[in-house]
Amino acid sequence: MSINWLKYSSPQAFYPLAGRLIPWFAVVAVALMVVGLYTGFFVAPTDFQQGEAYRIIFVHVPAAWMSMFLYVVMAMWAGIGLGLKARLSFMMAQAIAPTGAMFTFLALLTGAMWGKPTWGAWWVWDARLTSELILLFQYAGVMLLRTSIDDVRRADRASAVFALVGVVNVPIIYFSVQWWNTLHQGASVSMATGSKMAATMLIAMLIMTVAFWLYSIAVILARVRCIMVERESLPVWEEKPAVIQEAVEAR
Amino acid sequence: MNGSSIWEAVSGIVRRDLLLAMRRRSDAAMSVFFLVIVASLFPLGVGPEPAVLRTIGPGVLWVAALLACLLSLNRVFTADYLDGVLEQMVLIPQPLPVLVVGKVLAHWVISGLPVVLLSPLLGLQFGLSGESLGVLVSSLLLGTPTLSMIGAIGAALVLGVRGSGLLVALLVLPLYVPVLIFGAGAVTSSMAGIGGEANLSLLGACLVLSLFLAPWATAAALRIALE
Amino acid sequence: MQWGSASEFFAMGGYGLYVWTSFVATALCMVWEVLALWRRRAAARAEQRAALLGGTDETTA
Repeated sequence: MSINWLKYSSPQAFYPLAGRLIPWFAVVAVALMVVGLYTGFFVAPTDFQQGEAYRIIFVHVPAAWMSMFLYVVMAMWAGIGLGLKARLSFMMAQAIAPTGAMFTFLALLTGAMWGKPTWGAWWVWDARLTSELILLFQYAGVMLLRTSIDDVRRADRASAVFALVGVVNVPIIYFSVQWWNTLHQGASVSMATGSKMAATMLIAMLIMTVAFWLYSIAVILARVRCIMVERESLPVWEEKPAVIQEAVEAR
Repeated sequence: MNGSSIWEAVSGIVRRDLLLAMRRRSDAAMSVFFLVIVASLFPLGVGPEPAVLRTIGPGVLWVAALLACLLSLNRVFTADYLDGVLEQMVLIPQPLPVLVVGKVLAHWVISGLPVVLLSPLLGLQFGLSGESLGVLVSSLLLGTPTLSMIGAIGAALVLGVRGSGLLVALLVLPLYVPVLIFGAGAVTSSMAGIGGEANLSLLGACLVLSLFLAPWATAAALRIALE
Repeated sequence: MQWGSASEFFAMGGYGLYVWTSFVATALCMVWEVLALWRRRAAARAEQRAALLGGTDETTA
């Protein structure tokens, strides 16, 4: 049996599909979070160097990975939208940005929480944290560009261009900040865990990452459905027949 | 703009922009005054101790130049956008990215070059001397056109949008960070005795990269803004 | 199990403030996001219903 994937590229077809998928992603995400947190707190041992503080990585690393991953996916949808002029692609990009920004904020917050007991400072100007900060600004730029431009079509395409420009910028930032750190020989700390991680720590971290990923998919699908309704790209067939009947009779 | 070759079209744009700027010298003057004021604010805020000023000098001067460039961005396209010339530019057969390069470089000559030329004087104020002054000028000479090319992307994206002044800053400043790092880093390295060549080469690479990539993004943004 | 007691668990070897702030903040953000989406969906549907029943061509904000 071959599925005609192309038919899901129209909002009308994608809307109910997304609606059916969301509960599955949500349930598995929650289940994995429970498993991951249990493994992280009750199975993984205490770290020799960092004590219990290291357990923050079970949310810090997944959040950081998601923030980067979601930005790339958003840029991919932006590129597809610009190339194929597909409405749904732009709506997907629009739906991803807030979740990506949230994870970026969490990565920075938990990074500071981890940094203070471990390295003694709330903030260090290492390449990873600084790139994360710039990423937050880029997410903000994508979202503000959209809200500042009234014309929906122009907003879609302008924020898509900026998202793509930003994707090029992030690796350049990372390299330049690393360069800058070696130049100033100041911050020789990095946010990477020095010691080798025990297998259970790694497993817990990976489980949490997958959980965050599935959570993101659920949330983004829910948001894109809202966007479809808001933009009236989606006709009101989703309403109950009685309501539609009533409206038709009222005319 | 009836030039049949790309070169004629670009030089036509450059000549026109320079001519318009000549009649309104305030644009160039504004960038320069802003640079001087901002650079003067830092010693006033930090204290006049020479050692401190020498340490912060490269960074302060570079940030001031960067902000001056940022503030001048609204002049790249707005005038032509408002009187319809930009729409014409999009329609002529010559490739838009090349025209963009011409336009942005003309803008740099007006707003960026004066900053480069004035920088040695400001460097003296911060206690820079000799070789590091030369590196400062070189870094700004390589860096400010890059900043203009990158900034033009932001300027094109927000054309005609309300509140665009702050928005363009938010869009463009993350993109400016590598240039700032390499530019200020060149001067700092030179002052530390390591020599600024490595950072200057990286700046050169950024300039080349921006000359090739930024015009495409700017052209795309212009088309989006004009539809 | 490696925690002697519940209080040991919450203390996290002295790092309790940092660890729990991180996890609680993450949980709060996720819950907030889901709630905000729920509100957004309800508002969008309500507006769509109003436009449908009102019979006028309202453009959604």
